[in-house]
Amino acid sequence: MSDAVIRIMDLSKSYATSAGLFPALKNVSLTINRGEFVAIMGPSGSGKSTFMNILGCLDAPTGGQYQLNNRQVSELGRDELALLRNQTIGFVFQGFNLLQRMTLLDNVALPLIYAGVEHAERSQRAHELLTRVGLADKANSLPNQISGGQQQRVAIARALINRPRLLLADEPTGNLDSHTGVEIMALFSELNLEGITIVLVTHEADIASHAKRQVRFYDGSIISDHATAQELQP
Amino acid sequence: MTLAMLGEAWRAMGANRMRTILTMLGMVIGVAAVVLMMSIGQGAQYAIKQSISAMGSNLFILLSGSTQTSGVRTGSGGALTLTVNDAAAIAELPGVQAVAPINPGDAQVVYGPANWNTAIIGTTPAYLDVRAWQIVSGAAFTASDVRSATRVALIGQTAAQNLFGDENPLGKTIRIKQSPFIILGILASKGQGMDGRDQDDTIIIPLTTAQRSVFGIRFPGTVRMIMVQSTGLEVMPEVEAAMTGLLRQRHRIRENADNDFSLRNLTAVANSAEESTRIMSMLLGAIASVSLLVGGIGIMNIMLVSVTERTREIGIRMAIGARERDILLQFLLEAIIISVAGCLIGLLIGVGGALLTEALTGTLVIISGSSVLVAFGVAATVGIFFGFYPARKAARMDPIEALRYQ
Ligand SMILES: Nc1ncnc2c1ncn2[C@@H]1O[C@H](COP(=O)(O)OP(=O)(O)OP(=O)(O)O)[C@@H](O)[C@H]1O
Ligand SMILES: [Mg+2]
Repeated sequence: MSDAVIRIMDLSKSYATSAGLFPALKNVSLTINRGEFVAIMGPSGSGKSTFMNILGCLDAPTGGQYQLNNRQVSELGRDELALLRNQTIGFVFQGFNLLQRMTLLDNVALPLIYAGVEHAERSQRAHELLTRVGLADKANSLPNQISGGQQQRVAIARALINRPRLLLADEPTGNLDSHTGVEIMALFSELNLEGITIVLVTHEADIASHAKRQVRFYDGSIISDHATAQELQP
Repeated sequence: MTLAMLGEAWRAMGANRMRTILTMLGMVIGVAAVVLMMSIGQGAQYAIKQSISAMGSNLFILLSGSTQTSGVRTGSGGALTLTVNDAAAIAELPGVQAVAPINPGDAQVVYGPANWNTAIIGTTPAYLDVRAWQIVSGAAFTASDVRSATRVALIGQTAAQNLFGDENPLGKTIRIKQSPFIILGILASKGQGMDGRDQDDTIIIPLTTAQRSVFGIRFPGTVRMIMVQSTGLEVMPEVEAAMTGLLRQRHRIRENADNDFSLRNLTAVANSAEESTRIMSMLLGAIASVSLLVGGIGIMNIMLVSVTERTREIGIRMAIGARERDILLQFLLEAIIISVAGCLIGLLIGVGGALLTEALTGTLVIISGSSVLVAFGVAATVGIFFGFYPARKAARMDPIEALRYQ
């Protein structure tokens, strides 16, 4: 047993396109330990989202190994992957991905339905998390009735509802103004202090500076991987 | 868990109310059609069964004159070739239970100021046995009434109603073609016959009296028809052959000549009538079931559209931990709710329609628990069957593909 939450070796991913196989990830290796706060950076098209989707067990690599909590992900069935997404991983999308027909409370509580949690406990826990992200008063609003920053906070609350140990976020601040982005990052830092491992993708250097470690992708490969310089951390 | 799913299915259906209602309509029409058709079909079957048992069982009818005399139909006005003696001879044949010679006709009947045209049946007491016809009050006339041609009569319910109203007809004197007849008994109600005529609009009198006083017969002892009841269904073919042989012999018909009478197995005719109503009602049910099928296909169609439309939603649900069976159940529940709700509404409309049909046309309808159950079962099955494919399609989606769907 090691402290590694994520252990990636020689990972590659190619997309079948009309022009033949396109390699989006090329032999990537990376280890992320418990309690880390990693920012993944790199230009557009460098493979960051592809990488995150594989980390989140949403997509499968075409080569290499991915171990999550010392388990070989490629050996897991669809139901086991669903269970990982439900209990172990919280995923935050750039586009929030809330269900538009549901109230914020129901959106946040939704993963608990799949975890088999009873109604009363579901709404109680969803309320707690909405309070935590500062949206308790909007519990019965619909997603289209609140701002983008608020929607992203709801999405984070949903990602946290099953108390995951790993939080993945693909450009969580990409659709937000810089002030709101800083607020969201403050929330992530707080969660990281509580012991949740966080991996997030961002374009922006000042957003990345909230993380403790920065990994840079270029053209499907990792070109740099270092701790955030002390003086840059806020 | 399932409760939460039900809530979600409800919400999803509410979000597209018009579409949900239209989809349901297919089911509603299908179930209503099945229930209506089955009710009418079972009603018709029941009515036929009733009139068959009212007719009497294991019956033959012999008619004077051939119906196939070298293309020239002698018709009912033709020569009366059958005789009372023929009837007596037939009664001696093995396998024959009862024989009733009959002279039917109709006449104006008068009681006081009331005046009614009704069917007159001149026959013997055996007729009541053959037809399994009860007397509700009074008594039947006897063989000696037939021998001495007394002027007595049994009256059917409809005829009694029209001549006597609320008065008790027993012992009263009516006039048939000027001759006075005393009412000896009142017949039980028999309802509609196979030919659709009201069998209760009848007066039964002794055969001999009918010949002398009512119909004024040219050759006494001849009859228009003879009803024969055999001892059982299985002996009917032998009895039929024996009767034909006997009558040909008695009438001295040469080898190659046609019969001068016609013989019908009424029970066979009745059974085939019953069979054909049964087939007809099955056919109606089958046609109605097709609409149920169409309703099911409608559900499948809409569910497929719905699954495609909600691909992104499915992706999101999978991303936060929905398993295949969660997604499957979600969409299956929607299909089942639509079909079961449609079924319930269809049942109400079908039953209402059946009752309305009965009220408006007087056709007997029977709404049986089994037909309701069948319609309901079929609808639920259709919902599951046609909901399953789209639901499985949703459940089998790849999470990342579904999330990328715009
Ligand atoms: N489904 C797909 N089919 C084919 N090619 C794809 C697919 N998804 C991504 N790619 C390609 O793979 C490469 C990496 O894409 P990816 O989305 O991982 O980039 P990214 O680093 O997240 O970019 P951005 O910063 O713009 O989000 C790109 O060149 C892209 O065109
Ligand atoms: Mg991306």
